[in-house]
Amino acid sequence: MTLLGNFALWAALLFGIWGAALAFSNRWHGRPEVALSITRSVYAVFAACVVASVALWKGIIAHDFNMEYVWAYTSRNLPSGYLFSAFWAGQKGSLLFWAVVLSLFAALAQAMTPRRYAPLMPYVAGVTSAVTVFFVAVMLFSGANPFERLPFTPVDGRGLNPQLQNPGMMIHPPMLYLGYISITIPFAFAMAALLSRKLDTGWIHAMRRWMLVSWLFLSIGITLGMWWAYVELGWGGYWAWDPVENASLLPWLTMTAFLHSVMIQEKRGMLKRWNLSLVVGTFLLSIFGTFITRSGVIASVHSFTQSNVGYYFLAFLFLIAVASYTLLYTRWPLLEADVELESMVSREAAFLFNNLLFVGIAFSVLWGTLFPILSEAVRGTKITVGPPFFNKVNVPLGLLLLALTGIGPLIAWRKASVNNLRRQFAFPVGSGLFVGAVLAALGVRELAPLMTWGLAGFVTGTIAQEFWRGTRARVRMHAESAPVALGRLIARNRRRYGGYIVHLGMLVYFVAFAGMAFKVQREATLKPGESVELKSPFGHTYTFTHVGISQFKELNRYVSAATVEVAVDGKPDGRIVSEKRQHFTVNELGTEEASFEPSTEVGIRSGLREDIYIVFAGAVNGTEEAVYRFNINPLVWWVWAAGFILTFGGLITMWPGGGTPAASRRSAPQAGYGVELATARAGTEQ
Amino acid sequence: MRRRAFLSFQQDTTRQAPVASPRAGQGDVGTLFNPDVAGRPRAPTVEGDNDALVRNTELKLQCTCGCTLDIFTCRTTDFTCTYSPALHREVVALFAEGKTSEQVIAAFVDKYGEKILMAPKPEGFNIAGYVVPGAAILIVGGIVAWVIRRRVRRSAEDAAEQALAPLPPAATGTDAELERLNRELAEMEK
Repeated sequence: MTLLGNFALWAALLFGIWGAALAFSNRWHGRPEVALSITRSVYAVFAACVVASVALWKGIIAHDFNMEYVWAYTSRNLPSGYLFSAFWAGQKGSLLFWAVVLSLFAALAQAMTPRRYAPLMPYVAGVTSAVTVFFVAVMLFSGANPFERLPFTPVDGRGLNPQLQNPGMMIHPPMLYLGYISITIPFAFAMAALLSRKLDTGWIHAMRRWMLVSWLFLSIGITLGMWWAYVELGWGGYWAWDPVENASLLPWLTMTAFLHSVMIQEKRGMLKRWNLSLVVGTFLLSIFGTFITRSGVIASVHSFTQSNVGYYFLAFLFLIAVASYTLLYTRWPLLEADVELESMVSREAAFLFNNLLFVGIAFSVLWGTLFPILSEAVRGTKITVGPPFFNKVNVPLGLLLLALTGIGPLIAWRKASVNNLRRQFAFPVGSGLFVGAVLAALGVRELAPLMTWGLAGFVTGTIAQEFWRGTRARVRMHAESAPVALGRLIARNRRRYGGYIVHLGMLVYFVAFAGMAFKVQREATLKPGESVELKSPFGHTYTFTHVGISQFKELNRYVSAATVEVAVDGKPDGRIVSEKRQHFTVNELGTEEASFEPSTEVGIRSGLREDIYIVFAGAVNGTEEAVYRFNINPLVWWVWAAGFILTFGGLITMWPGGGTPAASRRSAPQAGYGVELATARAGTEQ
Repeated sequence: MRRRAFLSFQQDTTRQAPVASPRAGQGDVGTLFNPDVAGRPRAPTVEGDNDALVRNTELKLQCTCGCTLDIFTCRTTDFTCTYSPALHREVVALFAEGKTSEQVIAAFVDKYGEKILMAPKPEGFNIAGYVVPGAAILIVGGIVAWVIRRRVRRSAEDAAEQALAPLPPAATGTDAELERLNRELAEMEK
């Protein structure tokens, strides 16, 4: 298998170099057979990467512990589901996973892009092949080859880190990778547009769905990562501003900025340079995230083991940045805006400031992540930049962004009149003030949550108003029932109303995040039968009674399960179990021995209002007396709900069909009539 | 079955597990079947562990084990860490000496260096850390607003000049065509 795997990697490398060299040589102009060869090289790279992946999976499933990677990340007693996910659990396997998924996306882009974009496709193939070649080369030449063999064959492997033995880890890393990797396709289209000088909105139409796919995968990946951190790490939260978490947020922020600003280019022919810069920046940030994760240059709980692989990524990042922005600079004069902004009070201006905030927050997160390095370079002193710093700097920016989420859709395109503003803002502002007043009357005094929930009321008002007016218009115009009108409203304008559903998801995230300001926790040592009480932010009194600790053996671990009886306001409410797990493998003598440190499984009961979160910290001197941490975490359920809402909205937005984009309408053949525009415009103002 | 299977594995005959655990207030508690697989032995919680002042102070100090977490989170999460419990005891001891939270933090900085802080103090070069992102957004936002305002004014002036120029004869349209144009313009305004 290792021979086949190595052979496949070399084949992928050579096919990739062939495709990229042909594409960038420009010899395919007017020579369809050369263009075809470029396209076929993309498919060949994909086939070679698939063969390499199958070889690795075969080694994992066959427990070929002579393969260093298989030995390092699996064991005979590893549950079969985790054998599957062991593929991407380590540095080397994840690089191969990256290469195979990228080659798949590259092949799909070639196969699925409509023929009218054919002049762009050889360049797209060239860029995707070049990036794939880089990943394959890193595997082959930097000591990160997953097909490396050991000089002997161990009886069993070291096993998978217990924290990675969680269903979330089977989906979270692939989702994040899919998000990171698919960014390459929009980047390839942007480069193709610049190289071919075809800088109309064609490249945007060709790649917009790819950008949405990428954004959706990254959103799902980030949310799943939060879920994994919450249920597996046991610290009671879901976001810690860890450098690797930050690295995943950075491209998401710039991508979200692009998805907004691209609408201005499509509708008004503005922000062409800015949009290209955002696509390039997003790709660079995805490579930067990979560098952070794999270099160990910044301390993080998520990092792969320290290796020199990271520096390959740094060099690649530098190379791509110089090449892309130089190319952009040379095409600068071709990227003039079609029209000028007409007013500061317009949707275009609102989108511009929304972009400024997205990119500003991305800069702020990047700045905080890199500040320890900067500080050490300037002052020679090591410092830590942790959650208190990020919260202080980013919470105000996040609130501003939330406000703009509500403001943007209320302002008309081109220029908003005072009457228009008054009519549009009355209900949303009223709903925001109402929510704020009710919460203040209920005794909420913390400024940040109060502002968050008040602004969430405002944004809810905006979204509700948009849906209400759209539905009402359809009911009047087409005599439809309200549910039918609402369904058709969304179906006929998926991008707009799917976008509002995404906004709804975002505001639910914000509402849920603010809830964590009210979490309560306490530690307690309990003998069996002893209880401890905890008052929740919603006014309930929880009584936790320690039942006892039972021990048993599972497939690859010994489990010590501590059980707690829960009562809410004196009424029994079931039991929650938290566990300590000691994983083991079998050594050469056939006896079991501990692998990894003991891990903790949190006991969680999730509710709409609050989560009960119990951590069994350990037993006192080997007795059934248990040390616990009890948490009441408000509104956490809504974080996961927000993820579903956002995904649902994203799917609606990217679903094929659903009306012609405005840009296409604008570029459609002229209707053949001429009227005095002033008269017509006056008509629309009324 | 599982439990029986477990009992046959490395059973410690000197340690007799109780058949049923005693309930509260009934004296001694039973021992575990195999304490070796139940994680690091824990000391019972003391009242200082739940002290809000201690907790809030520990949230501002980093554990030195390399986990990147604060002392409180590390000691209540990573139960294999031996650093955070020791640091916790240091914090409790300093409070017992009558020190304030600020003095405890200062004592930690003296002993372990500035890296022990979860966020740098906003002084000297560190101020840049806090101020630069917001300032950058304000400055860029100001420049963008200024550029937009200037361009809007220039466009308005151009429009005024064009308004003074004699208009070419306007094309006319039927009511139906006007209605259609209005509809399409309204659609574009969305």
